Amino acid sequence: MIHSLFLVNSSGDIFLEKHWKSVVSRSVCDYFFEAQERASEPENVAPVIPTPHHYLISVYRHKIFFVAVIQSEVPPLFVIEFLHRVVDTFQDYFGVCSEAAVKDNVVVVYELLEEMLDNGFPLATESNILKELIKPPTILRTVVNTITGSTNVGEQLPTGQLSVVPWRRTGVKYTNNEAYFDVVEEIDAIIDKSGSTVTAEIQGVVDASVKLTGMPDLTLSFMNPRLLDDVSFHPCVRFKRWEAERILSFIPPDGNFRLLSYHVSSQNLVAIPVYVKHSISFREGSSLGHFEITIGPKQTMGKAVEGVLVTSQMPKAVLNMNLTCTQGAYTFDPVTKMLSWDVGKINPQKLPSLKGSMSLQTGASKPDENPTINIQCKIQQLALSGLKVNRLDMYGEKYKPFKGIKYMTKAGKFQVRT
Amino acid sequence: MTDSKYFTTTKKGEIFELKAELNSDKKEKKKEAVKKVIASMTVGKDVSALFPDVVNCMQTDNLELKKLVYLYLMNYAKSQPDMAIMAVNTFVKDCEDPNPLIRALAVRTMGCIRVDKITEYLCEPLRKCLKDEDPYVRKTAAVCVAKLHDINAQLVEDQGFLDTLKDLISDSNPMVVANAVAALSEIAESHPNSNLLDLNPQSINKLLTALNECTEWGQIFILDCLANYTPRDDRESQSICERVTPRLSHANSAVVLSAVKVLMKFMEMLPKDLDYYGTLLKKLAPPLVTLLSAEPELQYVALRNINLIVQKRPEILKHEMKVFFVKYNDPIYVKLEKLDIMIRLASQANIAQVLAELKEYATEVDVDFVRKAVRAIGRCAIKVEQSAERCVSTLLDLIQTKVNYVVQEAIVVIKDIFRKYPNKYESVIATLCENLDSLDEPEARAAMIWIVGEYAERIDNADELLESFLEGFHDESTQVQLQLLTAIVKLFLKKPTETQELVQQVLSLATQDSDNPDLRDRGYIYWRLLSTDPVAAKEVVLAEKPLISEETDLIEPTLLDELICHIGTLASVYHKPPNAFVEGSRGVQHKRLPPRTGSNESPESPELAQPAAAQPADQPPAVIPSQGDLLGDLLNLDLGPPTSGGTPAITSAMQMGAMDLLGGGLDSLLGGDLGGSPAIGAGSRSCSYAVLPQCPSRGWSRDLFDLGSGVGMPAGSYVVPKTVWLPAMKAKGLEISGTFARRMGTIQMDVTFTNKAMQIMTDFAIQFNRNSFGLSPAAPLQLATPLSPNQTIEVSLPLSTVGPVMKMDPLNNLQVAVKNNIDVFYFSSLYPINILFVEDGKMERQVFLATWKDIPSDNEAQFQIKDCHLNSDAVSNKLQSNNIFTIAKRNVEGQDMLYQSMKLTNGIWILAELRIQPGSPNFTLSLKCRAPEISQFVLQSYEAMLKN
Repeated sequence: MIHSLFLVNSSGDIFLEKHWKSVVSRSVCDYFFEAQERASEPENVAPVIPTPHHYLISVYRHKIFFVAVIQSEVPPLFVIEFLHRVVDTFQDYFGVCSEAAVKDNVVVVYELLEEMLDNGFPLATESNILKELIKPPTILRTVVNTITGSTNVGEQLPTGQLSVVPWRRTGVKYTNNEAYFDVVEEIDAIIDKSGSTVTAEIQGVVDASVKLTGMPDLTLSFMNPRLLDDVSFHPCVRFKRWEAERILSFIPPDGNFRLLSYHVSSQNLVAIPVYVKHSISFREGSSLGHFEITIGPKQTMGKAVEGVLVTSQMPKAVLNMNLTCTQGAYTFDPVTKMLSWDVGKINPQKLPSLKGSMSLQTGASKPDENPTINIQCKIQQLALSGLKVNRLDMYGEKYKPFKGIKYMTKAGKFQVRT
Repeated sequence: MTDSKYFTTTKKGEIFELKAELNSDKKEKKKEAVKKVIASMTVGKDVSALFPDVVNCMQTDNLELKKLVYLYLMNYAKSQPDMAIMAVNTFVKDCEDPNPLIRALAVRTMGCIRVDKITEYLCEPLRKCLKDEDPYVRKTAAVCVAKLHDINAQLVEDQGFLDTLKDLISDSNPMVVANAVAALSEIAESHPNSNLLDLNPQSINKLLTALNECTEWGQIFILDCLANYTPRDDRESQSICERVTPRLSHANSAVVLSAVKVLMKFMEMLPKDLDYYGTLLKKLAPPLVTLLSAEPELQYVALRNINLIVQKRPEILKHEMKVFFVKYNDPIYVKLEKLDIMIRLASQANIAQVLAELKEYATEVDVDFVRKAVRAIGRCAIKVEQSAERCVSTLLDLIQTKVNYVVQEAIVVIKDIFRKYPNKYESVIATLCENLDSLDEPEARAAMIWIVGEYAERIDNADELLESFLEGFHDESTQVQLQLLTAIVKLFLKKPTETQELVQQVLSLATQDSDNPDLRDRGYIYWRLLSTDPVAAKEVVLAEKPLISEETDLIEPTLLDELICHIGTLASVYHKPPNAFVEGSRGVQHKRLPPRTGSNESPESPELAQPAAAQPADQPPAVIPSQGDLLGDLLNLDLGPPTSGGTPAITSAMQMGAMDLLGGGLDSLLGGDLGGSPAIGAGSRSCSYAVLPQCPSRGWSRDLFDLGSGVGMPAGSYVVPKTVWLPAMKAKGLEISGTFARRMGTIQMDVTFTNKAMQIMTDFAIQFNRNSFGLSPAAPLQLATPLSPNQTIEVSLPLSTVGPVMKMDPLNNLQVAVKNNIDVFYFSSLYPINILFVEDGKMERQVFLATWKDIPSDNEAQFQIKDCHLNSDAVSNKLQSNNIFTIAKRNVEGQDMLYQSMKLTNGIWILAELRIQPGSPNFTLSLKCRAPEISQFVLQSYEAMLKN
């Protein structure tokens, strides 16, 4: 099981270590540092690194490497999942997960890690239970604690851990009872030069924010549940009911949680929200290149495309770019060769475009690789897959809750090859 | 105000200040001080000097303070064992606390204090906690057993905690069950042979029930545990699969992958024509695809596992090619894995798409990735014949880009394409030659030189090209030098008139000016060949080359099956069996896929039906470890087997050349030291169990034995079941199993050859080392057809006893060398002595009596044969059919005495007296022989015959 955990920042310093069994010397991280040095980007450090006596399994998030040390045959996914859970918990507790935040809350961090893992076995990883055991630091509480000498550690028993619904704490009370659901879809796509789709898929999630008194039992049904053939559920969802009736039936955890995530794969027809017209050319022997892109909405069911951001990693030979855009603002970083164009909202009547010239290194040969264009955008009130919630009902409690459903589509890894 | 202030106190006298604060009367000040101590500890400062002061703070009602002190204790108790004792009382008291949270916390912390003295005090509280009324305490205590076992395994066993832990598997609370399973699994890892997790249908049922209700982590432990179970039949297998499939929709990817492992393993048992089998295949694809939309680290592990799954069951993901397309901002480790899987999934149906993608990748920025993409194009060409032409033209396009490393990779793969499709794409050679100057990597240079040599007759200026390489001969890497040598020799054989000077130059460079033994020896061999017999040289050097296999980097089927059982573990990430890298390799059990039951179709993986599966993994069949000792035999091995195909002439020519070159010298050099070295002895001893009858408890595997050995054998004469002599892992995919039999007066070796490699095996030959009874093949090994992949051929090889004799240890040890087109393999086997009993072994009564008296009583050996339920007549008949002849039978004091004789092929007589007490299963056997060392082998034969 998980032996130790080291937190390493991008400059290669260990700023926190925690051991659940015997102490493993810091020197074990030298193997990790070696790998870190070899990798061109921090993202490229291999997640599993063998050393003579241990294995190092790491994840890289928020510019911090979380390096777990294991000694025996342990499922690596188990370790990686757990590490991500640690990061999520820190973020949940401290608002951000950064080196400073961890250092600011070092005692809470220690208490959390101690509660999350016992002898390398996961103990309490549900945020609901952790928050019962260790109260998250708030400014008010810190002040109160200093004055009264009370503590962050809850005096309660983690009763939820013993019940059949370990994810929900007991005795929840709200004056306003509300349940909100967000259907968020991200589209990942690769579009080739000619504008046809190489691959496109939708990663969808239904995130919930449920603040309901007592032990409510909810059912959520969809207009078109057949879309969901590849789903992962929060443990609270009754799988049998879903299999039989295609209805989500569950006792929700208290607070924010991810109810389900789903995947609409390339086999089904995935609508492409935007298109890009591009013409990027380098001429052999010339020190000037031509650059022009236009972006427009494609299949958006009439909804507006907002928050459009176009980025592109230009070839090394490009020294500078001299462009004009009809809308928004662009920047080009001559050091990293990153072109970034903040477009904003697309007006279908007047499509935004960016064009101009590129100056190339004199004498350098024509670049081998063509830049890939990366697009980020948002469409409110639309789930691109067409998923729609039919109704939400509550049983088991007498009050009438406020209910709300929101839809949103975002571009995930949306790439256009040129 | 935040905790970061604790990091700043580095001034002198800090410890002193803290000490004062810890002893303060004010609660708040105390707590602040402990927090400071913990913070210092976190960043690696040594605050162990404060131990007594911190421990003093332990007796408090404040839960947070208690927890902080516990944290400190866990860190420093080891360095201050004597002081740690001070804390014991508080722990014991806390274990009795009315609050279950405190009880659990105390038992949890106590387990983390790795001090021997403390563990003694831990036992009683732990025992109570394991039976606590509160499940939260029980589940914490279960993990505590694993902790304690880590510190003091003996103590845990003595105190009977393991049994209590086993009982917890039937606990009513699923969380307790999951933790008990986790603890047992961890303990079992250090006791690979113990039966800690004894799984039976009842306990499986309990686990499956707990699976639905426990936490995600508990589900992982339970699923991993389930994967070790072997269901009794396909129905049980299906019902487990049905209950596991809902886990595929879990949000935790580790749960999903563990469920995939269970399904992949148990699926093996389902008949393929079952509807459910198809349903299951369909259900497996979506969760695997979903794993690929997770964080990159998860993707990486998932991809490594998918790589295995795709090799085992390509049908699952064959329509999902697109999800493996690379995004330009994927981390490099994800890109490379995706590429690998893309090639595995490439087929005629999707090749156009794949090629378009690969071409796109070849223009990316990352050099490693581009190289691999180019190589992938070549692999596609070799794999999908219809696409070869398209691939070649894509490669040519890439060569036109003149990007140095792209060109080099392209040339390396084009060489392989030429190998696969000879005389088809030679038109591109001209383009390749244009890029000769830009090649600076050895592999690319060697590939180019190979192409020039191979097609020398079509390249007008081949001699000039090769000559240009020759100028810097000594600066080249060995790979290039060897290739250059061969290429020039080829050129010479094709255009002898113009290139004589060149070949002499290269031969002298290789033989006289080089320090590299490989190069020098190859140079000498060519030189001799060319000077002795140019015609033979031509046949050797320009021989037709065997086809290269379609798929590269395929994992060997046996290993693949083992890895499938390890899906989701480190083994699956490294694609190596756990014993190859797990620390200390504490005899990790080899896992095997269960055999398919129900239908009679031959299993997909042929080894499943082989007895090998039943053998204990820690006793692999002996393979002679050191090949050096048998080098003499290798040289004597008849390398011209009577097989079909056009190669024998060439091989014998090769042999001629080699012999000529070696002169007689080498033979005499090696002649004196053949076999019998300690290494061989040790190797063969460990295999001695192989001839003993298998114990009957082995259930299904025994049935398989009987099936295998019952075919075509005359009734009566006892034949030992076939055992694996040479496992496929040690012989590049060739598995040999066999046994010995005596039929109609001749000794026969029944051998089963199984090809588990990916290529065809031909040219089999066999040779024995000298042995105790002069056994040698009486006829050459005749395999009717080449052995294609996954094919099994059974052969009976008649043996004679006129071969060279050398005493072996043990006496019945036979060392065998088998050669095929791939390599020569060595193994040793033990033959039962009864195959040497001749048909005229019946002695006259008088002679028997005289001989019995004549042999000194020192030579008499007496043995007990236990558990034999035959009467004396049945015994007599049974032995008679094995050439053990009963000469007389007497009844003395209610006991049957059988007097028997037998004769070995080398004329040695063995006399026996078998005493049988009617009603008692125990016989007494007395043996007399002039060569008493034989007795124990005769006993083995007796036992084997009587009990079968």
